[in-house]
Amino acid sequence: MTTEMKRRLFLKSSLAASTIGVAVGAGLLTPQAVLAAWKQEAFAAKEVNEALKALLGSDATENSDAIEVKAPDIAENGAVVPITVSTTIAGVKSIAIMAAGNPVPLIADFQLGEGAQAYVSTRIKMGKTGDVIGVVKTADKTFVNRKNVKVTIGGCGG
Amino acid sequence: MAKDSIKLRAKDEGDGAITVKALITHEMETGARKDAKTGEVIPAHFIQEVVCEAGGKAVMTAMWSGGISKNPYLSFKFAGAKTGDSIKLTWTDNKGDSDSATATIG
Repeated sequence: MTTEMKRRLFLKSSLAASTIGVAVGAGLLTPQAVLAAWKQEAFAAKEVNEALKALLGSDATENSDAIEVKAPDIAENGAVVPITVSTTIAGVKSIAIMAAGNPVPLIADFQLGEGAQAYVSTRIKMGKTGDVIGVVKTADKTFVNRKNVKVTIGGCGG
Repeated sequence: MAKDSIKLRAKDEGDGAITVKALITHEMETGARKDAKTGEVIPAHFIQEVVCEAGGKAVMTAMWSGGISKNPYLSFKFAGAKTGDSIKLTWTDNKGDSDSATATIG
């Protein structure tokens, strides 16, 4: 099927579009394989070191100023705290974001594919004042840097 | 199956990288909150995986917890594509629901 035909089908009725979308999606990557990769244990760990071990196999890390954790000094709304983690370290395989003060510190893990740069930006929930930790993994080492964020209104709800 | 939940933009910034920005509509319920009236725990309902593909390959795969904010924002950068190429972003949540969107790099 040419790209043009794929596109026309995709733009057709919403029902056809969603069916084609699923087919194309399943063809390009197996949903089973991707879901199997969600690390249950890491996302249940209640402490940073536990989360590091479950996610990366070890909690051995080295501090690095070559990692920039961009976050507000004070988060007015703990439910939506913009965080950007970037680094000049070469050969980065993944970047993880943790909030040390959250009930479950591990918030996200970004696996960088071919050509992806060591830069991720998102918004996270923070329950209380604490460190936001950027965890950068290369082939053989794990580097971290952190930034303390003051949270005036906690964002974990309840 | 969710629909139209992703706003996706991809731009060639001219510095050798394509910047992707996505805004997804999703509850991102942690599963730790209690309903104020009933006292019942509101069940977890959050995106677990986000995959972005370009040129038939996954350029970025993200694993998320409910700790990502509601209506998640995501931005990342990658090299190896150019204006006119297309990218595709797909999310899957803990209930098995999913959605995807494509965008042309501008």
